[in-house]
Formats: sequence, structure tokens, C-alpha cells
Amino acid sequence: MVKTEVKLIGAWTSPYVMRARIALNLKELDYEFHEEKVGAKSELLLKSNPVHKKIPVLIHHEKPISESLVIVQYIDEVWTQGPGILPSDAYDRAIERFWAAYVDEKWFPAWRGIGLAKGEIAEQKINGAKEGLALLEEAFGKISKRKPFFGGDNIGFLDIAIGCFLGWVKVGELVHNVGLIDETDTPLLAGWAKRFVAHPAVKEVMPEAEDLLEFLRVNFMKPAPK
Amino acid sequence: MASIKEEEVKLIGNLPSMASRKVEIALQLKGIKYEFLEEHDLKHNKSPELLKYNPVHKKVPVLIHSGRPIAESLVILEYIDETWTQEPALLPSDPYERASARFWSKFIDDKCYPAVRKYLTLGSETEVESARAEAQEGLQFLENELKGKKYFGGETIGMVDVVAVGVAFWQQTLEEIMQMEPANSCQDFPLLCAWADELLGCSVISDNLPSKDKFSSLIQSRLQFAAAASAASK
Repeated sequence: MVKTEVKLIGAWTSPYVMRARIALNLKELDYEFHEEKVGAKSELLLKSNPVHKKIPVLIHHEKPISESLVIVQYIDEVWTQGPGILPSDAYDRAIERFWAAYVDEKWFPAWRGIGLAKGEIAEQKINGAKEGLALLEEAFGKISKRKPFFGGDNIGFLDIAIGCFLGWVKVGELVHNVGLIDETDTPLLAGWAKRFVAHPAVKEVMPEAEDLLEFLRVNFMKPAPK
Repeated sequence: MASIKEEEVKLIGNLPSMASRKVEIALQLKGIKYEFLEEHDLKHNKSPELLKYNPVHKKVPVLIHSGRPIAESLVILEYIDETWTQEPALLPSDPYERASARFWSKFIDDKCYPAVRKYLTLGSETEVESARAEAQEGLQFLENELKGKKYFGGETIGMVDVVAVGVAFWQQTLEEIMQMEPANSCQDFPLLCAWADELLGCSVISDNLPSKDKFSSLIQSRLQFAAAASAASK
């Protein structure tokens, strides 16, 4: 492990925080993790990200960096040992950045909150998740070039950008008893998802769907009336 | 459309689109020759080329380089900077400065533009007030970021300046066209004012922005549309 002057402010439930952690793990970097508590933002967070007041925030040599994809690129550019997180070709980089932007601006917002959704809203979110996954399935076919990951032989920027949501995808599947990533509709993504969650840089920071579900129950679901 | 030769650069864009303007400015700053393919009717009649090269979003701008398409203006700007490495560098070489430029570019696109757009399309008085407050909050962050700098990029124009070109443009035209208090007055935001003057003093920038008359008629038609919509909903 490489010793660093790196602190990361985050929370175990956040897919965006996971992106930063996976990147740090890929580079085998030691860092201090500050877990934010639910409901109250720490002084450190408010001071380090006054614009958005959101996690993750990476603090390197006392200088803060916000926005998960900006952080991942920063990590890749500062610590250049080992395989690059972003591809080396400019066009391949543009394609990965395009799809990462799609994930953040279109796909995740279409199904965010699926764990707590009911009825018609749940239906909309399930459809939203599936429509995006169909596009991502096609994208995987083109980008991976028959290799195990979007990034090729190793996980890269786009793998991280999408894969961080797999815990919450599983929550949606469990709550609504539906397959979102499955062998029938998205066979390529199904194979990729198994490989991604088993990757050493991902395993320890990917939360179990059952734990996320419990988190929702404890913090957001109203108790049954007495 | 003619077949695309190796190394050829084409840009599918649209004159009113600020995102298209940003990409054109970047290409021109770098002195890159390109063919501009104008989308005339994005609402009702998108060209087959646009649908082919940006099937996911069906939006402009789309850069086509050696036959390969790239969409999303921020992605295109980084691609241009990485592919054509002559001056000016849109992104600095220091990783922290690069992270900062990426952060502010995203902030301007995701927060500042929508806030000013909301303010322009108007609605009830309370809506205008809250849109104005939101726009001003964003502008204050940008004002702070300019301290001690001529441009967001430092001594030279960089990616953030290109992305923020609409902010500069509105800064100069809104007060006159709208005849109402703009979201960004020079008293409240002196650094943004000075920056807008510098930026719009560059011919590459000002050549790519609509004339005040064109912009004024665009705003007028938007106001009429908003007024009609609000009357219809009563």
C-alpha cells in the first residue's frame, strides 16, 4: 500500500463514494475515511464542499476535490503507477466519459429511489432502469471488444461509473421481485456484473443488498401503526 | 451527406444552441478547420445525420472526427483539447487545477445555466424572485473563483471560460434587453463584469455569439410563449 496524505469523506451506502474508493483501491492507496452520519452533515464536509455540500470529497494535501468522476480522474492523473483507469486513446476516453455522463444524468435519475417506490411510480422506475440497461448492454458489446470489462482486461472508468450502482440495482430487484440485470435481457451485463463485484478493488466496498435494504428500513420506512 | 474522409472534422450544431457555440469557440481557438452542419429544425425535423451520430440523446452538438462521433459538449471539449494539443490548452497540466476546471465546468452547465434559463422564462413574481436568488448564488461562487485571475483559466482562456461564455453574454445583454434588474449586476459581481468584458473583447468569442438584435428577438419570443402558456393555464 502506498501511504498518502489522502482523506475521503463519504458514506458506505453511497455509490458515488464507492467510485472514489474503488479508484483508490485500484492504485493500492492508503487513505483515511471519514464516514458521514445520516441526517447531519459534518463541519469538515461543509467546509470542504461549500458549493454542493455533498459526498464524496477527496482531500489531498489539505486541498479538497468534489464530484465523484472528477475525483476518479484526479486519482488516475496523480498516481500513475499500474494500469490507467481511463483508456489511453482519446476517442475511447470520450466514449467512456459520454456513457458515464449518461449514467449520472439519465439512467440513475430514472430509477433512483426504487427501493422505497410503490405502485405506478415503482413501475416507472423499473422501466426507467431497464431502458437504460438495454442501452448499456449494447454499449458493453461495442466498448469491451469481447474483453471482460468496459475497460478491457482490467476495470476502468466506465466500469466504476456504472458498477457502483449494482448494490442498489439488487435492492430494486429484491423489493419488487423483478430481474433488472439478468441472463435473458442483459446477458453481457449479467456476466460483467458478477466479475465486477468479485474484483478485489470492489469486493470490500460494495455493500450487500440486504444491508442496504436494512438501512432503508431503519432510516426511511415508516414503522407500522400500533 | 458526402462520405467522410480521414482526419476530417465536422460539427453538427445549431445556431441558438449555447452548447454548439462553446464547441465552435474551442475549435476556432485552436485553429482547427471544420465543416459546420446546421440543424435547422431541432423541434420537428432532426436530420438523419443527427439521429445516426447521436442516437442516445438526439441533441446537438455532435463532433465527428475521422467519421467517429462524440456527443456532450464537455466531453467534446476535453476530446478537442487532448487530440489537438496546440495552444491554448483548454485544461491546465496540473492535476489539481484540472480537477478544479472540470468541477467548475460541470457546475456552470448543471447549475448556472438552468438557473438563468429559469429566470429568463419567467412565471409568477415569486418564481422570478427565487430563480433570481438561485442564479445569484451560483454567480457568487464564480465571482469568488475569479479572485486574482483575468480568466478562469488564469492568464489565458481555458475550458471554464469557454463553458461560461453564455454567462458573460447574458451579463452584457440582459440588462439592456430585459430592461429589468439582471441577475448579475456589476455592483454585486465586479470580477465577473471585468471578466465578461475581457472575454467578449476577444473576436473568436464575440464572433460566435448571436447579435444583440437576434438575442433580443429570441428572448421576446420566449417571453410571449411563457405569457401565453401562463394565460392558457388560468
